[in-house]
Amino acid sequence: MTGFTRHRKSGAAVTTFTAFEADLLRSLAAQLIELLRNESATEDIAADSLEDLLDFSGPTREPDDPVLARLFPTAYPEDEEAAAEFRRYTESDLRNGKAAGAATVIDTLEDAGLPAEPQDGLFIDVELDRATAITWMRSFTDMRLAIATRLGIEDGDEDFWYSLPDDDPRAQVHDIYEWVGYLQETLVRSLG
Amino acid sequence: MSAPSPVELDEPVTDEVTQLATPWVTIVWNDPVNLMSYVTFVFTSYFGYSKKKAEKLMLEVHNDGRSVVSTGSREEMERDVQAMHEYGLWATMQKADAS
Repeated sequence: MTGFTRHRKSGAAVTTFTAFEADLLRSLAAQLIELLRNESATEDIAADSLEDLLDFSGPTREPDDPVLARLFPTAYPEDEEAAAEFRRYTESDLRNGKAAGAATVIDTLEDAGLPAEPQDGLFIDVELDRATAITWMRSFTDMRLAIATRLGIEDGDEDFWYSLPDDDPRAQVHDIYEWVGYLQETLVRSLG
Repeated sequence: MSAPSPVELDEPVTDEVTQLATPWVTIVWNDPVNLMSYVTFVFTSYFGYSKKKAEKLMLEVHNDGRSVVSTGSREEMERDVQAMHEYGLWATMQKADAS
């Protein structure tokens, strides 16, 4: 396992993934895209006027899925109407932006040589310019927010996760969460 | 030709004064996921803050649970909140005097 370092000449953020690691990242990115496109953005609106019924411009309510609710927080906690308006005008763009970011992660890995069915012994060298590195960073954040919400991670609960037996699936997912955090940390440092 | 009514002239001026008197703020809230280094990075690269200021705001978020990271018009704050959500930070906005 290696993190990102800064390439001295080009300033790019570089790392080498094993085929297994690259495949895992691709799968996390693909799951994120699926989640973002899954829950209908305008589902279940209590439309009671002609105007509401004819308005398909964007969602106005917080998503039901807790991961999506964390990715798209309510901007005005004390003003329901303003919060709905803000959501209507921003959530679709935010969803598309996050899905495009995750797609960039997949494209970068595949352009770097990750095949559809990776084999052991294959290494994937990745080189990110600043703009792509920031896209990756945001996508790492979305992946970590998604995993943390599903696991129920809280401040200062590390001991609990480390106390789980190795074969507990939650322990394995927590290991992946920490690994993506390590990649994130080294990526931030390599740009700093 | 007719002279505009004084009411029509006065109204926008009053609005502007009210808006200037009550700016809006963007608040970033603590969460158990985002790394301190990343939050600092977001504050320097998006807001253009110095590393020192960005670290101070990041520590406020970390220690106090929240920090006012920008102040301005309602439109500007909506842009900032949306940008924070793009970066995965938990941000909200409100009138400055309510914070």
